[in-house]
Amino acid sequence: MDAPNPAAVEPAIAFEAVSVAFGRREVLRGLDFAVAPGSFVGVIGPNGAGKTTVLRLALGLVRPTRGAVRVLGQVVHRGSRALGYVPQSLAAEPDLPLRARDLVGLGLDGERWGLPLPSRTRRRRIDACLERVGALAYADEPVGTLSGGERQRLLIGQALLTDPQILLMDEPLANLDIRSGRAVIDLIATIARERQVTVLFVSHDVNPLVGVLDQVLYLADGRAVLGTVDQVVRSDVLSQLYGRPVEVVRVQGHILVFAGPDVVPLEHGELAAHGRTRSTAGHA
Amino acid sequence: MSGIWNAVFPPGLFTNPLLIHLWIAATVIAVVAGTVGVFVNLRGDAFVAHAVPRGAFAGAAAASLVGANTVLGLGVFAVVMAGAIGMRRQRRANPVDVALILVLALGLGDLFLTLSQAYAPLVFSLLFGQLLGVSATDVWLIGALGVVVLVAVGVVYRPLLLASTAPELAAARGVPIVALNLAFTVLVALAATLTVPVVGALLAFSLMVGPAAAGWYLARTPGRVLGLSVAVAIAVVWIAIVLGYDTNLPIGFLVSALCLAAYVTARAWRWASRKGRSRAGAGAAGSEPLAVG
Repeated sequence: MDAPNPAAVEPAIAFEAVSVAFGRREVLRGLDFAVAPGSFVGVIGPNGAGKTTVLRLALGLVRPTRGAVRVLGQVVHRGSRALGYVPQSLAAEPDLPLRARDLVGLGLDGERWGLPLPSRTRRRRIDACLERVGALAYADEPVGTLSGGERQRLLIGQALLTDPQILLMDEPLANLDIRSGRAVIDLIATIARERQVTVLFVSHDVNPLVGVLDQVLYLADGRAVLGTVDQVVRSDVLSQLYGRPVEVVRVQGHILVFAGPDVVPLEHGELAAHGRTRSTAGHA
Repeated sequence: MSGIWNAVFPPGLFTNPLLIHLWIAATVIAVVAGTVGVFVNLRGDAFVAHAVPRGAFAGAAAASLVGANTVLGLGVFAVVMAGAIGMRRQRRANPVDVALILVLALGLGDLFLTLSQAYAPLVFSLLFGQLLGVSATDVWLIGALGVVVLVAVGVVYRPLLLASTAPELAAARGVPIVALNLAFTVLVALAATLTVPVVGALLAFSLMVGPAAAGWYLARTPGRVLGLSVAVAIAVVWIAIVLGYDTNLPIGFLVSALCLAAYVTARAWRWASRKGRSRAGAGAAGSEPLAVG
C-alpha cells in the first residue's frame, strides 16, 4: 500500500490542468483542483458533464489528453489498492451462485492471480467488513436475491477491504429509493470520518448530500469549480461555470438550480425539455 | 450376483487397452469440460463453447488429410478460431461474420475429408464421437493439454471470477480485462479440443455446459458449483462408457442425453427445495403473502 506522505498535507487527489477528449469531443477542459485528505466531496453536475470521467481518471481507466492526475502525490496507475471504487449498482440474476460474502471477498483479493484459499484471517476480515456495513444478516444469501440498498452495502464493503485512503463512489444513489439512499449516505459519512478516508461521491443532485459534504466539485460543460456548497452553489458562480445565466434558489433548505434549456445534452429530448421549467440542482 | 455384475461390467471393460485409454481420456475431458463450463455459464457466454468445437472439426479433417494427429489438428484450429472470435468480439463486431466463418470451417472440414477420401466412420466419429478411437498418443496429448488448461484456470481463477461477475469492479482493480477475455476464449478452445475426439464436434457443447448448469442449480458458491460440475461431468462420461459398451448405443448420444438429464434433475431439485422452503416460510410467517418466484 502507498504510505501517506507524513511531511506535508499532500492532496489526496490533484487534477493539474486536465483535459480529456474522446475523439473530437472534449469532455473535460482544463480541470484544476486539489482535494484535501479526509474531505467528503460531492461531484455534482448535469448528465454528460463528465462526473464519471473524473472518477475514471482517478482510477487510471482514462488517460488525460493533457495535464496530469495525481493520487496521494503520485501519478495514477490502474489498480491502486489505495483507491476503493463503488459502482452504481451490481447486476446479478437471482440464480447467480455468489453469496454476499463471496462478493465482498472479491473486494479483498479478487484481482490477484491464483485460487482463493480459505483461511481464518480471510473469513474474519470479511465478517468484520460485512458487520461494518450492516450486511452480516444476509451474508450467506445469494447477491441476486438482495435489494438495491443491500447490494449497495456490499459494494461499499468490498471497496473497504483493502483499507483504501480514498473512496470513489459512482452515483450510488441512482438506483435507490430515498430511504435506502439516506442510509447509504450516512454509512459512508460515518465510515469516512472513522477512517479519515477521502470520499468523492458522484451524484446528479446535491440536496441529499448537503449535510455531510465538506466540498462540492461542480461540473458543467466540461469545466469544474471546487468549494463549499455555499461558495459554489450560487447564481453568480454557476452562471460563470455554465457560461450562461443560472439561478440558484433555496426553498425550505432545498437547493434548486435553474439552468438554461441547453444544460442537459440533447441526446435525451425529453430531459432537455425539462431543463427550462423545473430543473432542480438535480437536473434529473 | 456375479451374473448381474458381468452383464453391467462385461469382461474387458477395464482391461482392454483401448478402453483403458478411453477411461483415462474421458475422465480428463470431464474434469476440464466441467471446470471451464462453470465460467462459460458464469459469463453467460455459451456462444464460444457452442461454436468452437464445430470450427475445430475442420482441423481434425485437415489433420487426416495430411496424416497428422487428429487432436493436434483440432487444437490448432480451435485456438486460431477462438482467438479470431475473441478479437472480433472485442470490437463488438456483428457476430454474423463470426457465424459465417464458423460455417465455412464446417464446409472446409467437408472439403478436407473429401480430398483425403476419409472413410465414412472417421467422419461420423469426428462429428458424433466414438468409444474406441482414443490412441495411446491421444491419451498423452489429452492428459498434457488437460493439465495445461486446469493450471491456467487456476491461475486466472480470481480475476476471471471478478471480471465475469462484476466487470466494472474488475476494471477498477486493474484486472487486464481484454487480455483475460481472450485468454478465456482460448481455454474454451482447448477444452473443446479435448472433448471432440470422444464426444464429437456436434455434441461437445453438451459436456461443456450441461454439468456446469446442473452444478449452478445445486450450489450457492462458485467453488461448490465447480466441484459439483466436475463430479457430474465425470459421472456422465463414466456412465456413458459403461452403457455404451453394454448396449452399443453411441457415446455422443449417451453423453448429451445424460447431461440433459443431470440438468433437468438439478433444476427440479432446486425448484422442489425452494418450494419446500417457501412453504416452511409461509408456515412461520402466518398469512404473509409470498412473492412469486
